[in-house]
Amino acid sequence: MKYFSLIWASLFRKKARTILTLLSIVVAFMLFGLLQAVNQAFNGGADAADADRMITNSKYSIIDMLPISYQAQIAAVPGVKAVAFASWFGGSYQDKPARFGVFPVVPDEYLGIAPELQVSKETHAAWNATRTGAVVGESLAKQMNWKVGDKVPLVADIWPQKDGSLTWTFDIVGTFHNTKDQANGDSALLFRYDYFDEARQYGKGSIGWFLVKVDDRLRAESVGKAIDAQFGNSAHATKTQTEQAFAQGFAKQFGDIALIVSAILGSVFFTILVLTGNTMSQALRERIPELGILKTLGFSNRAVWWLVLLESLLLAMLGAALGLLLATAAIGAMKDALSGFGITRIGWSVIAEGLVFAFLLGVLVGLAPALKAMRLKIVDALNA
Amino acid sequence: MFAWLNQIVQVSWMNLKNIPQRLGTSLVIVVGIAGVVGVLTAILSMGAGFRATLGKAGYEDRAIVMRNGATSELSSGLSREQADVISGAPGIRRDATGKPIVAAELLVIADLPKASTGTLANAAVRGVRPGAFLLRPEVKIAQGRLFTFGTREVIVGKQAATQFDGLKLGSRIAFRDSDWTVVGIFEAGGSVNESELWADAEVVQSAYRRNGFQSVSVALENASALTTFKDALTTDPRLQVKVSTMKQYFATQSEMISKLINVLGYTVGLIMAIGAVFGALNTMYAAISTRSREIATLRAIGFGAMPVVISVLLEALLLALIGGAIGAVLAYLLFNGYTAATLGSNFSQVAFDFRVTPALMGQGMMLALAIGLIGGFLPAWHAARLPVATALRAE
Repeated sequence: MKYFSLIWASLFRKKARTILTLLSIVVAFMLFGLLQAVNQAFNGGADAADADRMITNSKYSIIDMLPISYQAQIAAVPGVKAVAFASWFGGSYQDKPARFGVFPVVPDEYLGIAPELQVSKETHAAWNATRTGAVVGESLAKQMNWKVGDKVPLVADIWPQKDGSLTWTFDIVGTFHNTKDQANGDSALLFRYDYFDEARQYGKGSIGWFLVKVDDRLRAESVGKAIDAQFGNSAHATKTQTEQAFAQGFAKQFGDIALIVSAILGSVFFTILVLTGNTMSQALRERIPELGILKTLGFSNRAVWWLVLLESLLLAMLGAALGLLLATAAIGAMKDALSGFGITRIGWSVIAEGLVFAFLLGVLVGLAPALKAMRLKIVDALNA
Repeated sequence: MFAWLNQIVQVSWMNLKNIPQRLGTSLVIVVGIAGVVGVLTAILSMGAGFRATLGKAGYEDRAIVMRNGATSELSSGLSREQADVISGAPGIRRDATGKPIVAAELLVIADLPKASTGTLANAAVRGVRPGAFLLRPEVKIAQGRLFTFGTREVIVGKQAATQFDGLKLGSRIAFRDSDWTVVGIFEAGGSVNESELWADAEVVQSAYRRNGFQSVSVALENASALTTFKDALTTDPRLQVKVSTMKQYFATQSEMISKLINVLGYTVGLIMAIGAVFGALNTMYAAISTRSREIATLRAIGFGAMPVVISVLLEALLLALIGGAIGAVLAYLLFNGYTAATLGSNFSQVAFDFRVTPALMGQGMMLALAIGLIGGFLPAWHAARLPVATALRAE
């Protein structure tokens, strides 16, 4: 590390050029960060999925509901540990379709089967005590500025109340923390099924999907088949799959757009890298006489090789770090516009991936000039 | 004045002639800007295509009635009685036989395998009555025939037929507890209806065990009849509905995805533009530093500062223009007409074609020129202020 100041000084020999090159790299990696965040959101859910949890919904389509009586029947299938259910409520908040999940659930059952949703004991008790109570994800509460005790009115789109009114008012009793929040796992409002079922105009006793926890994840598939076999000939045939398969299938429905976006941005990312590499290696070539001087002073060939390579690595890594940092900040700033699509932040894996790319860029760009520098004859270099 | 112009022409011509000697660095501007313009145009063309597909069904003289609070047809619901009340409202255009042109319809979802991924995806199934065809004269059977009312036959939109597996003419779809036959492929003037499957409303109702409808669409006597129609329905105590023109309805439906695409496109475009400005600055500074002696010589023999500034700017602008044109043309060649599908707001697959419009290409070229101008200005300024004596001595 004793040569750090030498590397630093030669890097900023031509300040304007280095800074401009650095900024180009920053931009490339900022784009990379943003692109990967979008990509991850489209393929999201799969990471957050629980391996020993399955989803049972209608075989025919996502809009077909299932009778609640199935719960007991599913629970009786060998290998099933617990069963809970939820439904799609949808609705609008402040005149816009809600950009967060709204699900009626039975608190004890649902929280029991989804241990990644953590609520305090007080919140849990308050929820059980308040029929119109609802819990919301921490970040959603923050975004909407909802406090415990607030009344939140949602306008139903699918579910009018018995008296024809469309407004459902929920009392916020607390928040939950989603320990598996990979994408937007805590952008949800959960309210009580008994309130929902009692007040809805139609569809009583029907629910959207069951969450099934199995004893042994290795046997999940056969348990799923057993569940589906049980209802195969009924009016409401079911389809049971792991949460992961469900999430992936859903992501593929957006598929085309995700693919196109990543293809476009991927190609651009590499264009910028190639161009930047061109500029960087040109800058190194211009310094050949100086390298000759270094060798005259007694630097070994190997040392010169390292100096040149480290310089390009330093520039690439510095640019990448700044770019990824900027991308994180940008996602934070656009959170409101993007969170509805599950784009909330940049994962550590993306940052690591970016730094690996930066390392490769630094090596690729620096390698040729470094080799050239190593093989330089002092006389030729000084003459150049 | 003439002499001054002559100087500009001379210096600029000299600059441009020796661009080939600086090909490597000049390419940085061209490729960088081509990338920016290409990507911006391509992303925005996706949004333009999606809006256009939904907009094609956006007639102002057709109205759609849904339950109050519903955000799309899928989340709406109307009973048979309500549908009858709506059919009797004033302001509806009548057909040749004097009957109002009304289409009470179901919109439901079927899980069908998507051709591109092989996994199940949501296909929109519209249950229609004869009125649907009177309401939408643009719907034409392209292959096969119309389904027979009362049977399990479907006609498939042109886009749905390619987006999903097994929807060819004559295919049988195992769909809910029985087999359905595809008897026709229809076109709908490029509108979103082409991503749907159509069947008899009564048959769909029985297959989905439903009684009512999702929406009632009507043809209005003219665009101004909307108020009459709307007032009659919203003041009727038997109904709790909202009325919008098809134009309003589809504009709202495309809003969310359009917004995402625009935010994405402009954010990415802006970031890349900034990157391209850095690239352009780098190139132009490099161009000037290799030519500082030449510039100083020109100044020494009497050329003014302004012609030098303008010549550098012109060079940057020309390179930007070439880059921008390459980017726009590439985007057009690669993406115009490319068909993609995504989940629309009815929670079902909507296929649309990318549209690289002249407006988008023009916008891209403007951005290219802006990048060239910004990237060229500082170096040009710098060139004009080179101290002549020092620069002449430079190696």
